[in-house]
Amino acid sequence: MAVRKQKGGEIAFTVFQYVVCIFIAVICLMPFIIMLINATRSSNSIMASAISFVPGKDLMTNYSVFEGKSFNPWTGFLNSVIISVGATACTIYFSTLTAYAIVAYDWKARKAFFMLIMCVLMIPSQVTAIGFFQFMYKIDLVNSFIPMILPSIAAPSVVFFMRQYMQPSLSMDIVQSARIDGAGEFRIFNQIVLPLMKPAMATQAIFAFVASWNALFLPSILLIDREKWTMPIMVSQLAGDMYKTEYGAVYLGLVMTVLPLFVVYFVLSKYIIAGVALGGVKE
Amino acid sequence: MSNSQRHLKGLSYAKYGYMFALPFIIIFLIFSLYPTLYTMFIGFTDMKGVGNETHLLEQPFENFKSILNNQSFIQSLKNTVKIWVMNFVPQMGLALLLTAWFTSRTSKLKGKGFFKVVFYMPNIITAATIAILFNTLFGYPKGPVNQLLMSWGLTNTATDFFTSKSASQNIVAFIQFWTWFGNTMIMMISGVLGISPDIYEAADIDGANDVQTFFRITLPNLKTIMLYTLITSMIGGLNMFEIPLLFNNGGPDGATTTASVFIYKQAFKGKQLFAKAAAASMILFVIICILSAILFWIMRDKDAIAAEKLRKEERKRRKQQQIGEV
Repeated sequence: MAVRKQKGGEIAFTVFQYVVCIFIAVICLMPFIIMLINATRSSNSIMASAISFVPGKDLMTNYSVFEGKSFNPWTGFLNSVIISVGATACTIYFSTLTAYAIVAYDWKARKAFFMLIMCVLMIPSQVTAIGFFQFMYKIDLVNSFIPMILPSIAAPSVVFFMRQYMQPSLSMDIVQSARIDGAGEFRIFNQIVLPLMKPAMATQAIFAFVASWNALFLPSILLIDREKWTMPIMVSQLAGDMYKTEYGAVYLGLVMTVLPLFVVYFVLSKYIIAGVALGGVKE
Repeated sequence: MSNSQRHLKGLSYAKYGYMFALPFIIIFLIFSLYPTLYTMFIGFTDMKGVGNETHLLEQPFENFKSILNNQSFIQSLKNTVKIWVMNFVPQMGLALLLTAWFTSRTSKLKGKGFFKVVFYMPNIITAATIAILFNTLFGYPKGPVNQLLMSWGLTNTATDFFTSKSASQNIVAFIQFWTWFGNTMIMMISGVLGISPDIYEAADIDGANDVQTFFRITLPNLKTIMLYTLITSMIGGLNMFEIPLLFNNGGPDGATTTASVFIYKQAFKGKQLFAKAAAASMILFVIICILSAILFWIMRDKDAIAAEKLRKEERKRRKQQQIGEV
């Protein structure tokens, strides 16, 4: 009797867990489902009933609203790709190089340098934006992609991660035998160390890319020219008054800005989750 | 360290260390350190916008004093803290509950991988998009949320969430919670997986149940990760920008104006008060530095003590185990 009772309680508890998890999953997915479906519905039918699970036929009508307005997803997409790819490449390559400098060589300022990286790990870039903007204005880099790409070379948190990953996995014996074969230090890094670091580079690349793709603060103050706007700046235009009654178009615009992210996420979600988990054990 | 390694790390290769770290150092000095110092300097001037003549102030701390006496700035700090706390407490609570369920060895819950993927998803989507999406969802009078509330009979008339201070603050806090709980959960789960299985085995032998194991072993061992999450979340919270700006433009009546939104509006909207915004930035900067220093200090101390305690307990348990086995 007692055993059966316990079993009943266990089943009830498992059911309860499912109910809670499914409820949370619905809350996580619902906004995106409403967004996707309403992107295909006309503004009038959305006004009549905002929630529907049947797609409409007004996708193109909604799209035509963007003509001649400041919201241009294709320009935004192209600009965001250029910036994000450039920034990600800089972050990954130079962070690995910097980590290699810390792990493989014994130089005098090494400890001090690593301490510096630990200290600036936490400094948010937003609080120094005024000086950054003024500086970029003075050297004429407003409306240029350089201020969004070049600073990615110095990414303290990625260097920290790469160092943690490299320390146990890099064998100095391999490096040494390459030296005996007459390879230069730079070549050793590019041809031996970089391939070893591929898994770490892949996870960090995803996060660097997403962070760069999603950034709004700096791009929105530095990119004034409409032709230079990135995707998040385009999105922020949808909050404007001219779309106040064009519900379908707003939903469609939102969909267009996140579609690449959805694709990336569903293809790479396993690696992304593993990457977040690695962040959790990095101390 | 092996012999060859010691030899390799000899002086002859030291210059490569400097060489390979050089790009980082140069870029850091130019794009990070200099703008920080420059922001600080601007805080002591009367700079407005770009291209205007700028002078050092006769009373150097004038901007700082006026910002500290600025009711809107103080309000924005209060809003930031309030919204952050409202999001962080439930976020940590839910993350811990789900961690306990997902790592429990007696749980029959299936599909954990699917739930993890779904729970983490909001975190990867552009914050600007999420802010405007929620702005549309909470639309007045015909937004989806209003229609739901009315069709369920929870309200009779449509609610204008954007003119209510507390509703706007709650929604912004909810969005933050919604985007971050999955991330916190995955961090916690990986923290649990990092705890030595020996400790759990010992607990099993002692006849501890799931609840006891969670509170006596899992939770104390997660302290470091929890504090790490607290620090990063706090700093992220103080920089909260896109969601409050784009959800309701910092309103109504400044209720969702966070410190970052305040600085942005001072500098890049209206009168372009660069100097005032720079002073506010530096105050925020100092607050962030102090908070993280305090937390680091607490974390280090307690952690060492806790680790020592655990080690002792484990040793005791092992001894008892050995005696038992004999």
